Amino acid sequence: MSLLDRVRALLGDDAVEIAGGPDAVPRVAPPSPDAVALLLGTARQEGWRVRLEGAGTWLPADAPADLALTTRRLDRVPAIEPQDLSATAEAGIGCDLLRQQLADRGTWLALDPPGLAGRTLGSVVATATAGPLRQGFGAVRDHVLGVTFVTGDGRLVQSGGRVVKNVAGYDLTKLEAGGFGAFGVIVLVHLRLRALPRADQTFVLEGTREDLTQVAEDIAAAGLQPAALELMSPALARREGWALAVRLAGSAALVAAEEAGLRGASGGRFTALRADEAHGFWMRAAESFATRPVAFRTGGLPDSSDELLDLLQHQVGDEWVSASPGVGAIRWAGDTTVDRLRRLRRTLAGLEVPLTLERAPWSIRSAVGHFGAYREGVGPLVAGLRRTFDPGEAFVVAVEGSE
Amino acid sequence: MITAGLVEGLAGIVGARHVRTAPAERVTYARDGLPTHRRVPAVVVLPGSRDEVIAVVRLLATHGVPVVPRGAGTGLSGGALADASAVLLVLTRLNRILGIDPTNRIALVEPGVVNARLSVAAAPHGLYYAPDPSSQTACTVGGNVAENAGGPHCLKYGVTAQHVLALEVVLGDGRVVELGSPGGEPWGPDLVGLFVGSEGNFGIATRIAVRLLPLPRAVRTLLADFMSLRTAGEAVSAVIASGIVPAALEMMDQSCVRAVEDSVYAAGYPRDAAAVLLVELDGGSDAAVTADAETIQRVLQEHGARSTRTAADSRERERLWQGRKKAFGAMGRLSRDLVVQDAVVPRSTLPDVLETIARIAATYQLTVSNVFHAGDGNLHPNISFDGRVPGLKARVDTASAEIMEACIAVGGTITGEHGVGLDKLRYMPLIFDAESLTAMRAVRRVWDPEERVNPGKVVPVHACREWSGAAKPRAIGPGSAERDRLGAADPGAVPRGSWEDVPA
Repeated sequence: MSLLDRVRALLGDDAVEIAGGPDAVPRVAPPSPDAVALLLGTARQEGWRVRLEGAGTWLPADAPADLALTTRRLDRVPAIEPQDLSATAEAGIGCDLLRQQLADRGTWLALDPPGLAGRTLGSVVATATAGPLRQGFGAVRDHVLGVTFVTGDGRLVQSGGRVVKNVAGYDLTKLEAGGFGAFGVIVLVHLRLRALPRADQTFVLEGTREDLTQVAEDIAAAGLQPAALELMSPALARREGWALAVRLAGSAALVAAEEAGLRGASGGRFTALRADEAHGFWMRAAESFATRPVAFRTGGLPDSSDELLDLLQHQVGDEWVSASPGVGAIRWAGDTTVDRLRRLRRTLAGLEVPLTLERAPWSIRSAVGHFGAYREGVGPLVAGLRRTFDPGEAFVVAVEGSE
Repeated sequence: MITAGLVEGLAGIVGARHVRTAPAERVTYARDGLPTHRRVPAVVVLPGSRDEVIAVVRLLATHGVPVVPRGAGTGLSGGALADASAVLLVLTRLNRILGIDPTNRIALVEPGVVNARLSVAAAPHGLYYAPDPSSQTACTVGGNVAENAGGPHCLKYGVTAQHVLALEVVLGDGRVVELGSPGGEPWGPDLVGLFVGSEGNFGIATRIAVRLLPLPRAVRTLLADFMSLRTAGEAVSAVIASGIVPAALEMMDQSCVRAVEDSVYAAGYPRDAAAVLLVELDGGSDAAVTADAETIQRVLQEHGARSTRTAADSRERERLWQGRKKAFGAMGRLSRDLVVQDAVVPRSTLPDVLETIARIAATYQLTVSNVFHAGDGNLHPNISFDGRVPGLKARVDTASAEIMEACIAVGGTITGEHGVGLDKLRYMPLIFDAESLTAMRAVRRVWDPEERVNPGKVVPVHACREWSGAAKPRAIGPGSAERDRLGAADPGAVPRGSWEDVPA
């Protein structure tokens, strides 16, 4: 029996899209977590190689595989609990649709990941791609209370739970958040929410990078706690010069006080954006990262942001770059080569700064890897975890690269 | 096997006076903060440096002897107890703060640093360490990492996992690995996140980099009292729904209030109230915190508070907090023994769950006092009893199990910050199916293939499946799919005793 016949027999005709991707790899869309488990259990038995896809808008659908497993039919939101500020959503729901459903219930997921609005929740969690709101609300993992995932040999595993505090058992959720699918396919996510902020204001200041870096330091010194504090390259901000964008979100009293503090710290130089302008500003910046062939993030110390931006400018250019100086995170997008990425990663490693490759064509991902080489002693741990959750090496994920 | 030669070897590493073998010395370490579990270790070793930790762990690995790491022993799950086959590795001598970087708001500490001492050391820089377990004047950062400890102010600032950036870890075979980075971005998968809360099963953290936060410039502390537990529980949800996230939102019931007021920690809580809420707001702006406090005060009044008052000054604030933080100690006066639970429920179910707990207490004729992190839904029902009374311990066990089952039934979990340890092993199959428990055990074996580091904790081995070869493809059943979508195992549906046991 052919692969397609086998899959149709397992999941039905409507789960299979023949020649789904540009490379004619058949795309399978299981309709439930159990169907994902069934498919991967069979893949393990048959030795099929599987690549994982969400909406197909972030990582290119180009990894060589026998079939592509897309989560796009796992798009239900079984629970939104405004009183508990939690929700349960399947991994294939688009972030835009989820955000709307949450807003209708007065709740908010304080994540603004890079990419197109329809990126799936599972993609955001699996790649741990937080956006500027990381400054005020933390990394992706801080918003995830628990996950259900399917291992490479078709086992459904639960981790965490639905409540906002939970230390029962080992926290496998942390492994899945940012694991790029190497440790399982996330099928269900329990989320920590916030109440929709009563006030939400964005302010932008344009200038030279040096000037804006100083302003960002002044804002931190003033004790302000913005939801986002982002230094953006001109192309990304669609401005003449560099832009420092500040987002304040919370109660009306908090935002009013922070706005006054912002004025004081900057000499009143920021321009307030209207709500629609602010929405467009942040959305366009997020989408820009999906329009370049390569994107990566670095995680340095807050006081090293300026030095790291210089380094990026020197080695790979700084046309599309966004830095959160308050937390030391930088995201870069553009066009570059395997050799340049390797050289940059080596340089950064010397500075104790990790570089995580977020998106790139398979030719680059497979050579450079999302993570690259590990520190001494860590490789065997990661390899052991991969063997545990994908014993047949079904998942085609470029974790380490080929260097 | 622990031999005289091994003990000599340990003494050769740490010095003879840091190896305890006399029964009277070892019995000191037979319990943690939870009095209901008792295990006397074979040997107690107190290394004084990371190099000594490494050498001790390597020596024990050579001899195949289990090792149990322990901090100050303030844990509440029996997690840091070692039996007669194991060596207890006490880390309290590794108590140096290795550095504070005020610019990047990071501290590097050894595991035996006492939690509160870190905040004292950071204060001159205008910084503090946010996780604040009630035992913070005694518990260690290493213990906090092992348990993923919480505390009242974790409502706004998150639990320990959100504050640990990087770790140096000694694995069970003595290898040393560095995880994470000072900036918080992992080198690869998030192994720091996986390690935090692993209850000592994955290894021993010997260096810990933590995030520090700026000291809030403004703080307001409110006390509200209620004439029914239900009303107080409903007010908690109303506060959270207001969109303002308090730094802390704590509840104490009447039994707890009276225990505190009868003790040296008396805080001026109204003794006739059915429950009191302690709410704290903080931030960088006095005007914003004042306005938000007024909003919260109004919400509390609109949702049934009999009275509310704001601490007039820092002295009154400290007094209100001392009553809360010393409540466990005050309850020690109620009776000879005390069992504390640590369940978490969805906040909206607090009113119902509190009434259920009261019913269970009445059924078993027990005194149950509640003092807990209401904003997180993290309950701490305390059962006071005298273990010498025949049959009473069994009643306490039964009531504890019923409380736990009631919490699980509304979508809750069995521990929010104390950990599983020994105490909650029996409840793990109520919230995780065999596949998930087996996955956890498999992950533990990646870090510690011999399962020699803190053996017998966290994952009940009898509930695990054999996990080798491919999983058998299963038929798609509407029942299981529904369960997966809801994301919580139905305790009534968990098959018990039907799995294939894995030899320990």
